[in-house]
Amino acid sequence: MDFLNAIILLLNYIFVPALAYGSQLALGAIFVTLIYGILRFANFATGDMMSFGTMFTILFTWYFQSVGISLGVLPTALLAIPFAIIFMIGYMLLIDKFVFKYYRVNKSPPVQLAMVSIGVMFVTQAVVRIIIGPSDRRFFDGEKFLIKAGEFKEMTGLNEGLAIKSTQVITILVTLILVSTLFWFLNKTKTGKSMRAYSDNEDLALLSGIDPKRIVMITWIIAGILATIGGALYGLDKSFKPFTYFNNMLPIFAAAIVGGIGNPFGAFLGGYVIAFSEILLTYAYRKFFMYVLPESMEPGGLVQLLSTDYKFAVSFSILVIVLLYRPSGIFKGKVL
Amino acid sequence: MRKNLNVIAAYSIMMGLIILVGIFQSWNIALSIFNLCLISAVMTMGANIQWGYAGLINFGIMGYTALGGLAAVLISVNPVQEAWNAGGWNILFSLFLIIGMVLAVRYVLKKYEKSKIRTYIISTIIILGIIIIRFVSEPGIEAIEEVDPAKTGFLGGLGLPIIFSWIVGALFAGGLAFVIGKVALGLRADYLAIATLLISEIVIAIIKHEDWLTRGVKNVIGLKRPAPYEVNLQQTDWFINLVEKFNFSKLNLISDLAERQAALNQFVIEGSSVFVKLCYSGLFLIVVIILLILTQKALYSPWGRMMRAIRDNEEAANAMGKNVVKQHLLIFVLGSAIVGIAGAMLVTQDGLFTPGSYRPMRYTFLIWVMVIVGGSGNNFGAILGGFVVWFLWIEAAPIGLYLVNLTTAGLDDTHALKVHLIESVPYFRFLMMGIGLLLIMRYRPKGILPEKIEIK
Repeated sequence: MDFLNAIILLLNYIFVPALAYGSQLALGAIFVTLIYGILRFANFATGDMMSFGTMFTILFTWYFQSVGISLGVLPTALLAIPFAIIFMIGYMLLIDKFVFKYYRVNKSPPVQLAMVSIGVMFVTQAVVRIIIGPSDRRFFDGEKFLIKAGEFKEMTGLNEGLAIKSTQVITILVTLILVSTLFWFLNKTKTGKSMRAYSDNEDLALLSGIDPKRIVMITWIIAGILATIGGALYGLDKSFKPFTYFNNMLPIFAAAIVGGIGNPFGAFLGGYVIAFSEILLTYAYRKFFMYVLPESMEPGGLVQLLSTDYKFAVSFSILVIVLLYRPSGIFKGKVL
Repeated sequence: MRKNLNVIAAYSIMMGLIILVGIFQSWNIALSIFNLCLISAVMTMGANIQWGYAGLINFGIMGYTALGGLAAVLISVNPVQEAWNAGGWNILFSLFLIIGMVLAVRYVLKKYEKSKIRTYIISTIIILGIIIIRFVSEPGIEAIEEVDPAKTGFLGGLGLPIIFSWIVGALFAGGLAFVIGKVALGLRADYLAIATLLISEIVIAIIKHEDWLTRGVKNVIGLKRPAPYEVNLQQTDWFINLVEKFNFSKLNLISDLAERQAALNQFVIEGSSVFVKLCYSGLFLIVVIILLILTQKALYSPWGRMMRAIRDNEEAANAMGKNVVKQHLLIFVLGSAIVGIAGAMLVTQDGLFTPGSYRPMRYTFLIWVMVIVGGSGNNFGAILGGFVVWFLWIEAAPIGLYLVNLTTAGLDDTHALKVHLIESVPYFRFLMMGIGLLLIMRYRPKGILPEKIEIK
């Protein structure tokens, strides 16, 4: 029985939250990796682009709520996401046309594009803050829990409860569907294959008649979808605050590089690597050991490897270690 | 003279703008803008050495700034004796353990060939070391943090004049840069950018949460000053006389004696804060001028030429026998050290150390905007960038407010859109910075004052 309790404890405090957080990071990391692989620059506006998409989701959610449309138990935001995506894609294409295209056509070095993306970051951040403001916003409605801790305890008779938030389940499901569609698209369709070819060797791809304009446009469209959904899911699960989104850029970068930048599957797994290591290393295992070990051996302290303050630092340290020993990432991406 | 005309013109316009602020808003605001412009200029000089001279991208400016600030705390605050008694030995012992661990790892690295076993040995040393250090330091840290947590709760510093911290800040930042450079300089440009950005976040995390060293988010306030205090100035005779002399014409207009005294008091209060700011300006100006002379000398020395050669064609420079790795490391350390000075100056001016205020937007990306806008590779350009961008950063809100009022003049004062826009005026600075950066990158990629290489 104690053993079961211990497992439930880990599930409740580590596994489920890490899986949800990892999914959110994974979507962002695929976004970074796609842009890096095909447009060839590190996009420092990642976090703010995600917050831009989320902002539209929130605006549409408010609109739907005001006219009285809802999805019942599901959050209204799910209905708003497709509309937000349209606006987001429009914004992405607009930025590309007025900002990034010039440097791409001129074949500027990647560093210059990265600098330009900082300009885009400033502008996007300003637009988001001017439109919706910098404060913390929750836009979740519908049923909050799938399983409540108390219900779970009653059902199983265990000491430990397992609470599963509906947003966590939605996050994981949506991520799985989105990512599998994306991989199917990249690996099986002609357009996807030409995108990979373009990412692999630009000149060769151009020679074989691939239209670069189309590839770039499709990349931005996919990126817009990923950014909006990733951002909206994060906002649903936690809350929407532009500053947090900006900061999320850092673990997202870490996930993309750990997984091997330019490699979407690596980025997907990288998200979970970062999320799990952050939570595993900063969780206090005291209660877990109380269940597993006999009473005489009970630990005195919290049995915490690192204080939770270092959550971000963990992922960055992993990144530094990976960069040192395997600069191409765990799953071979572009070699530096 | 003629060829420097654009430099002189640009600086005169900048000075004119600051003087206009002094006349229309107040001299206090103008001087605080000017001081922060000077600090920003030091930071941009550091970033410019790395980016403009050597083409190294460093997004870790925030980390070095914070380390400079930490130096200011550790140098100037008086030592907390009880805290040292409570846990000083544990901390010192852990410090020795860390040094021992590093030496052990180095020994293993030198002694054995690269192999799997070596990797395992090193990781065992590190993991064991961390566990032992935690066991040693934990009780010490707890004891230190329990010493009067509302006031101290940390080890304190050395109790020296705060000016020394400007040098120590440079040493701290340079030391960190040495470690980071050893680790990350082999990376390609955009990876280096990401890696330095993340490492600087780690530095901030440590400074924020190691309360025994930095007091963390509880902040350190009331640091010593290199300048006199306003309150003391207001009671000194020579200062009151000075203010009286300055405002002689205005005071003479008032005939009533009591009123005259009241007006004089007002002038003295205003004057004291202006005077203190002027003291800081003087100190900062000295630093900026010294650094400017040194960096200009370096730029036109054989060493500067070599750095440009490395920047423009690494392989060719390498083939000519220049040690690219070593020079990159050197310039990384030098640039970061300069940023460290700026960090210490900033804390000196504020008189307080707030680890929570170090954010990448303000301390990394804004500095980069300054370098790019001003003109990378040109020291005068970088300094000008610091001035222009900081000026706009501060004055963006009034300008934004003016623009909002202008464009929504037709609307009612209580109109929702107008109210919303006026509330969001502070964020116009981001918009201005972003658009400015994009425009400069597009139409004047070398910045306002581009790099000029004189071939004689």
